[in-house]
Amino acid sequence: MSRELKDLSLKVVEGGLSRRDFMGRAAALGVAAPLASQLLSGTAMANPQRGGHFIIGNQGGSSTDSLDPAAWASQVPLNFGRNWGETLVYTDPNDGSAQPLLAESWEASSDAKTWSFKIRKGVTFHNGKEMTIDDVVASLKRHSDESSESGALGIMKTVGSNFRADGDNLLVELDAGNADLPFLLSDYHLVIQPNGGVDEPGAGIGTGPYKIEVNEPGVRHVATRIDGHWNDGNVGWYDSVEVLVINDTTARVAALTSGKCHVINRVDPKTVDLLKRAPNLSINNISGRGHYVFISHIDTAPFDNNDLRLALKYAVNREELVDKILRGYGSVGNDFPINGAYALFPEEIPQREFDLDKAAFHYKESGHDGSPIVLRTSNAAFGGAEDAAVLFQQTCNTAGIPLQVKREPQDGYWSNVWNVQPFSVSYWGGRPTQDQMYSVAYYSSADWNDTRWKVPAFDKMLLEARAELDLTRRKEIYTDMGLMLRDEGGLILPMFNDFIDASVNKVQGQLTDPAGGMSNGFIGLRTWFA
Amino acid sequence: MNPVVSLLLQRVGIGVLLILAISALLFIGVELLPGDFARNFLGQSATPEAVANIRKDLGLDQPVITRYFDWLGGVVTGDFGESWANRSSVNDQLFKRLSNTLFLAVVAAIFAVPISVGLGMVAVFFRNKLPDQMINIVSLAAISMPEFFIGYLFIFFFALLLGIGDGPPIIPSDPVWSFQNIQLIALPAATLVVVVLAHMMRMTRAAILNIMDSAYVETAELKGVKMMTIIRKHAAPNAIAPIINVVAINLAYLVVGVVVVEVIFAYPGMGQYFVDAVTVRDMPVVQACGVVFAAVYIILNMLADIGAILANPRLMHPK
Repeated sequence: MSRELKDLSLKVVEGGLSRRDFMGRAAALGVAAPLASQLLSGTAMANPQRGGHFIIGNQGGSSTDSLDPAAWASQVPLNFGRNWGETLVYTDPNDGSAQPLLAESWEASSDAKTWSFKIRKGVTFHNGKEMTIDDVVASLKRHSDESSESGALGIMKTVGSNFRADGDNLLVELDAGNADLPFLLSDYHLVIQPNGGVDEPGAGIGTGPYKIEVNEPGVRHVATRIDGHWNDGNVGWYDSVEVLVINDTTARVAALTSGKCHVINRVDPKTVDLLKRAPNLSINNISGRGHYVFISHIDTAPFDNNDLRLALKYAVNREELVDKILRGYGSVGNDFPINGAYALFPEEIPQREFDLDKAAFHYKESGHDGSPIVLRTSNAAFGGAEDAAVLFQQTCNTAGIPLQVKREPQDGYWSNVWNVQPFSVSYWGGRPTQDQMYSVAYYSSADWNDTRWKVPAFDKMLLEARAELDLTRRKEIYTDMGLMLRDEGGLILPMFNDFIDASVNKVQGQLTDPAGGMSNGFIGLRTWFA
Repeated sequence: MNPVVSLLLQRVGIGVLLILAISALLFIGVELLPGDFARNFLGQSATPEAVANIRKDLGLDQPVITRYFDWLGGVVTGDFGESWANRSSVNDQLFKRLSNTLFLAVVAAIFAVPISVGLGMVAVFFRNKLPDQMINIVSLAAISMPEFFIGYLFIFFFALLLGIGDGPPIIPSDPVWSFQNIQLIALPAATLVVVVLAHMMRMTRAAILNIMDSAYVETAELKGVKMMTIIRKHAAPNAIAPIINVVAINLAYLVVGVVVVEVIFAYPGMGQYFVDAVTVRDMPVVQACGVVFAAVYIILNMLADIGAILANPRLMHPK
């Protein structure tokens, strides 16, 4: 690499040269554009700077938030929690693979039933105590045993609570093989706490690079960097990180543009194009696994008729929804909950197209009596859910399907409407692996089986794929499963949404992660001020 | 006994009874809301097991009456208990939030009350002339705009375009009651002033006008007393009772009704705290906030009543 080019790229990172000028100068030096661009991001990544007070403006906080990881259900506690607490495993922001964090390495038996995790040594909690294997076992048990109040209980069901200490290693024995266990242990609830947090769940003592300084739920949270963190030099560049709770979207944008914070989450797709014009801001969007859905209970009339379900699926104008609801910040769905953000994505399944003739045909075939089909909606499910339902209604009515939209209150939507009413609008955040996504919502006995998809053949394939260590075979099974759900399921999945964050330009580093907004909550660890 | 003292005692007694009744109503109301705490708190990630465990842990399987009296027992000793959601003391958070809210309300009131009463008097002086009409049009326009819109306008012009005021989030630093914080809350306080101004101004105007039509004002006018002196010396003192009442209602609104302004400025006040708690049915917090809000209303109304009585000799010496 020419020395001149390297100096130039450093200049860009320091803000002395615009990206466009750099590309122009690189071209003049005879460097192809892709290479120059790669060089530029390489320089930015390679030069983390220490110091500064990093302020995050976050949606999703409330005065009821707790520091107990078992109780985390929204953005702010999760995002703040990443700074002070650590899990055994995390997922890589680039390839989605499971990477060691507090676990150093792991191995599985050939049937994926018995797992051994080597736990990292020399890690200390913020109270000065050294982390031991007992802390790890107690933490995992607290989230999985029968008296658990944890939000992770749903995913821990497939794991059970058979955690044991084996010398300095963690031994996990499963009832059935599960090749994805490391991914499950990357769940954000599973923070390792002293004695598992049994004595004081909300003490906020963890092993992260920052320790808690201020905790005012619903207002702000501050954490400062500790000296000599085991992962120092890889994460945690700021002197301190502050999370401000700003739930109002307009207020959040105002806070970013007036310089009161350095990064915000959940930018409204409606205003993102206006925000883009500000020269000192960047929009960080990435296609995630979250999806906006219309869910019908296939055990309830009239949705127990597959022709009717197909009619509804053909009557969704997916492109229009992505355009109008997400303003293009998303991608069309194909009626099964997996997209390219997952490993082993079955890309050969053909995309279902908007086809009103087919919709009318299947509606006629279904022999439906023409009484109104009621779709319940609320913006609690996702921003724009009410508009999406109305757009869906219009295309349905054109095809002769008597769809009616009923607005429900936002308050209590998840407990009174979702998973209760036979046809409603919902949102799924996605999971790290296909197995987990199918296990939480499409397995016969799953608590959140919100389409009542109880198909023994599908369950069998799911279990078979879960224990299958051969990836080719595994992908074949996932293709069959995806196809089956797409053609027979009660899930109508018009679109996957992007995570849209915005930041000031001087924030550099890994700003995005397909697993979640704000670099999956790690933004305070993975970025720095240039 | 001095009639004023006995009146005061009577009012305080009624106030305490009212607060008790309100706390019981609140308890029943939250109980009647669909969905319980455990389910709302866990949201989309609720599993039946976790819900059952939380319910048991908090004693939600106990009958409503038992839980109400347990709670009441704590409140009588000055302890609002601990939040179900984050298991922290309600007292700590409540008084911090209340202090923030009162600070914002008091600053807004210090500006709003003299301005609106003054403008009301000016409007009477220029009755049906240009200044009166201007004051009316502007204040009606202000009251017709929703407060979040006024708030956004202020943020846009003063915080973003001109850069002379603080936009959201506005988090007062300790100690709350300081000059530095007054500067910080300029925009939310100004928003509140605009919101309550018109109501107080128009009531002042109407009350004074009402008295201006009476015989003794006419007499004063015939004696050749100057118009402004009549308003100041004869009309305003007699119009003080209704003005005190409308001021009290607006002050109460400044404390309990500011949740919209708190949200758009991300200001950590009581309203936000209350709404967060209601969303997940965090009963101890809902109850505590409800009692405080009720107390604010009752105390302000009591003060208004007493003020009105003191301002009116006929009420001071009832037959």
